[in-house]
Amino acid sequence: MPRTKADLTTNLAGLELRNPVLVASGTFGAGREGSNFIHLNDIGGVIVKSMTLTAWRGKPTPRVCETPSGMLNAIGIQNKGVDHFITEDLPWLVKKNATVVASIAGNTVEEFVKVADKLRTASGVAAVEINISCPNLEDRNNMFAHSPEATAAVIGGVKKAIPRIPVFAKLSPNVTSLSEIASAAAEAGADGLSLINTLMGMSIDVESRRPKLAGTYGGLSGPAIRPVAVQAIHEVHAAFPHVPIIGQGGVMSALDAIELMLAGASAVAVGTANFVDPTASVKIVAGIAEYMARHGIASTAEIVGAVKLEG
Amino acid sequence: MLMASGEILTHKKYGEAYHSLTIVSPEIGEQARPGQFVSIRLREDSAQILRRPFSVYRMHKQGGWASTIEIVFDIRGAGTRYLSQLRAHSTIDIVGPNGRGFVMPKRRAHCLLVGGGIGAAPLFFLADELRNEGHRVDFIMGARNSGLLLNPIDVRRLASVYRMTTEDGSQGDRGRVTDVLAETMERCGTEVVYACGPHPMLATVSEICTERETPVQVAVEELMACGYGACMSCVVPVRRPVKRGEDPEDAVVYARACTDGPVFNGASVVWHGSGTDAVATDQKELTPANVAVRDTGLDEPEDEHAPPGN
Repeated sequence: MPRTKADLTTNLAGLELRNPVLVASGTFGAGREGSNFIHLNDIGGVIVKSMTLTAWRGKPTPRVCETPSGMLNAIGIQNKGVDHFITEDLPWLVKKNATVVASIAGNTVEEFVKVADKLRTASGVAAVEINISCPNLEDRNNMFAHSPEATAAVIGGVKKAIPRIPVFAKLSPNVTSLSEIASAAAEAGADGLSLINTLMGMSIDVESRRPKLAGTYGGLSGPAIRPVAVQAIHEVHAAFPHVPIIGQGGVMSALDAIELMLAGASAVAVGTANFVDPTASVKIVAGIAEYMARHGIASTAEIVGAVKLEG
Repeated sequence: MLMASGEILTHKKYGEAYHSLTIVSPEIGEQARPGQFVSIRLREDSAQILRRPFSVYRMHKQGGWASTIEIVFDIRGAGTRYLSQLRAHSTIDIVGPNGRGFVMPKRRAHCLLVGGGIGAAPLFFLADELRNEGHRVDFIMGARNSGLLLNPIDVRRLASVYRMTTEDGSQGDRGRVTDVLAETMERCGTEVVYACGPHPMLATVSEICTERETPVQVAVEELMACGYGACMSCVVPVRRPVKRGEDPEDAVVYARACTDGPVFNGASVVWHGSGTDAVATDQKELTPANVAVRDTGLDEPEDEHAPPGN
């Protein structure tokens, strides 16, 4: 008897995806760079590089360094601004039939809201991911994502500006209680959560005694952080089972993606793996289908949060 | 730019320090241009997850054979040590050819190639192509000592006039390539300079060429994560023409070495306060040993620093 093809379509709070595999913000440009290697409509969606109200130049170099099973980055969200995205990148992505998730960033609540407002009328934005791992100029440069109040202020403001577009809050794992931040985000109107952003890290060149990154601190990504992502997703999914999660953090293979889904992610975003293998995301789509066929699973929803804690 | 697997045809050494891998990769080999680079993945189970970038040292389109590319490197860390242990018939995973290479002169020109240490690598591919197109090639190559000069025998063969410099005086002139640059340009009637090597060398070469109003294309070393334009790690501060009423500071933009370069116009790079000087030793193998950049992708028209005829 022919095996029925696994249904990979995924719906996250109104965000319709062909399959549960996206590429993470900042790891695939605005899709153009990666499209040398894959068809953007073969994956669930493209979370584009974060955009800000005006162009940001980014930090000096060195901006990256390699660490065991991972890497640190301090790029500083170099981007050409939301207007450039709307006029140059978005029409191109639409033409390529990509599902577009616009990642937005800012240094004040007002900046986030203004970027969101510009996206309100842009056609082709399927969802917005709010990158709140930015310094808050109105709160002594503390990261928005580290405070439930600042998180709620940004998300509430953005949601009000774009009530019809699903918004996902991308949370930082560098907090005492992730559930508390997740709760604040959901109450402020987030339709879903992206878990997790990079972990803060630092690496020192012992010969010169200087930090390896010009920005001193950076964000740790890659397979080194996957267990942290799995735990964070599991904790938040257990506390808020109805809030859909885009799991991200060290996904290199389809089985890594399945691990995040078993912990509670409805979809996954592939990040650092794109640097290693620009075709990683399409290989992961195929691998998920193969896993589902092998286990007789008809729909991805059956895997979400299906980790067995007892017995 | 594509991802392919390549078979190592030969692994040999140049001098004491440099390893060379010749890789059969028809798809990548046939597209490669001088100044472009390839990114090679290490073992799949390695804790060093990032690809290592290498500029193309030589490209061979052998009759009846699939074309090959050759890369050279010295051992800078765990990744290059692993590659130095690979033998013929091993298969490696390559992405390439990446970036924009050197711009060739449109009419016959006297070209001077200036290479420092392993940074001389892409200049051999360039010299082959320039000679094929009928240009005159002169060459200055320098290193810390004679053992670190990359394939001086071929330099003698390729160049009409060549100079070697070593910092310890063990071969050629004692000193640096920049010490003999101006007089060599004078002697050879140089119309365009192509340079690859460490950041301070490129800064000085660019300065000397700019003073003499000679076009200069340089290859910069920057730390890369992706190598195909996505991650924004390998940026170089480049000055584009100031627009009317614009703050000159705003005319400095960060261009990507991997896709806007790696070949840049040396006169436009903001050398001070940038570059790999600050890169930790164990991270240096994430830089293609030499890459140069011109002003493409920056909304800038071809300017007076383009090679003759362009």
